[in-house]
Amino acid sequence: MNNASLIGKLITYLQYPFVRYAIIVGVLIALCSSLLGVTLVLKRFSFIGDGLSHVAFGAMAIATVLNLTDNMYLVLPVTVVSAILLLRTGQNTRIKGDAAIAMISVGALAFGYLIMNIFSTSSNLSGDVCSTLFGATSILTLNKTEVWICIALSVIVTIIFILFYNKIFAVTFDEDFSKASGVNAKGYNLLIAVVIAVIIVLAMNLVGSLLISALIIFPALSAMRLFKNFKSVTICSAILSVVCALAGLIVSILAGTPVGSTIVGVDVVVFVVCYLLGKVTGGKRA
Amino acid sequence: MALIKAESLALGYDNGIIVKDLDFEVNAGDYLCIVGENGSGKSTLMRTLLGLQNPKGGRIILGDGLTKKEIGYLPQQTQVQKDFPASVREIVISGCQARCGLRPFYNREEKGLAEKNMERLGITDLSARSYRELSGGQQQRVLLARALCATQKLLILDEPVSGLDVKVTAELYTIIKELNHDGITIIMVSHDIAAAVKYASHILHIGDQIFFGTRDSYLESRQGKLFLEAEGSDGNE
Repeated sequence: MNNASLIGKLITYLQYPFVRYAIIVGVLIALCSSLLGVTLVLKRFSFIGDGLSHVAFGAMAIATVLNLTDNMYLVLPVTVVSAILLLRTGQNTRIKGDAAIAMISVGALAFGYLIMNIFSTSSNLSGDVCSTLFGATSILTLNKTEVWICIALSVIVTIIFILFYNKIFAVTFDEDFSKASGVNAKGYNLLIAVVIAVIIVLAMNLVGSLLISALIIFPALSAMRLFKNFKSVTICSAILSVVCALAGLIVSILAGTPVGSTIVGVDVVVFVVCYLLGKVTGGKRA
Repeated sequence: MALIKAESLALGYDNGIIVKDLDFEVNAGDYLCIVGENGSGKSTLMRTLLGLQNPKGGRIILGDGLTKKEIGYLPQQTQVQKDFPASVREIVISGCQARCGLRPFYNREEKGLAEKNMERLGITDLSARSYRELSGGQQQRVLLARALCATQKLLILDEPVSGLDVKVTAELYTIIKELNHDGITIIMVSHDIAAAVKYASHILHIGDQIFFGTRDSYLESRQGKLFLEAEGSDGNE
């Protein structure tokens, strides 16, 4: 197929509203998830996306079984509470961060699948599970309301991030110093937890609950290869994330590949490129 | 009135008390060194002074108009910070965060304060450099400049020279002494008793026996004499 017909095909697809919705939502989610990615990677919480999305999966299974009209009413609060519990760092926690995340993550995944299996009324159980885990086609079946909700939440997340940018930096770099000098570090950690939970519930539509971590950490890691101060890393990570999501969406629409894994694939390629670029331009970076 | 006054303070974690009946006070302009063996409760005391943990008994009174937002802290470096992508300027100005309250961005006054403190510590030319590329001594200066953005009154330093070589250690001690001369009260946790005796005005020795007093009276005390003997015999070997 030559270029002209590819572009023609893309233009044809773009005339369908559901394709346009998917692109809008995909780009916004990519933007939001990359913003907090830098903080989470630096706080050594890379896997929180995984843990929380599995919790969201478990909650979704329960909501499906209970026949709730809108899954969000259960999924969002459960995920937010789990995020708060996981990010509540401190010396007195018995189980350390990574173990707690692993525990909740695997537990919720197993529990969710179990519930779906026992109570499911659907004829295509493995298909349902697969689409929740990998996102599959749900991003292509969004309606107008869902798109508006997603736009609204993304705008809120972005504004919160910009307004609290300096505080998030201070708390990420040195929590003890912030606390000692009288900054409400606990409050900002709580804020980070809530925002990350909202992002994860949003992103489940796009890449499914297995691949969310990729959306959160890859842009941040790529940006850290290239830049050395926090502001540049954050901006670069946001740009990379949006570009990768856009490229992934277009490829998946044209080639008919699964949306989530295509986007993550592009993220991986970009990371490798950034890694090599980082090696070439500055040998000092570890 | 004292800047900080501890009254029959007891310190410890969930499973027990490490130190009790601790009484001392820090006045404006003092240079207090907290010394003692590993595990004697130095760090616990410091974390309690900073308000990072609660005392098991007794109380700490802040006086002389000192508020919690005016305590500058020089922590030990964490693993996270060693590869943190941040420029020197970003880190120094983050010391102003407590002044900001809920205001999202730094104002001109705070930016000026950050510049002033970078100048004071001789790191202005490093301001655009990445923190993780600096040497240990330079990193300590950056964190000290950040602490100065948070306070004009009181600095609490946690083992500031650990991991630094002799020359850089001496430089850092000189800087701290100068800050003290400029009127900033210093509380330093250290296991470098030699430096403590050399620079401090007051010593708090915690361990089996607690000593609190001026440097001179410490040298006259039993613990001080023990220490001096140990130093002397080290020198002879």
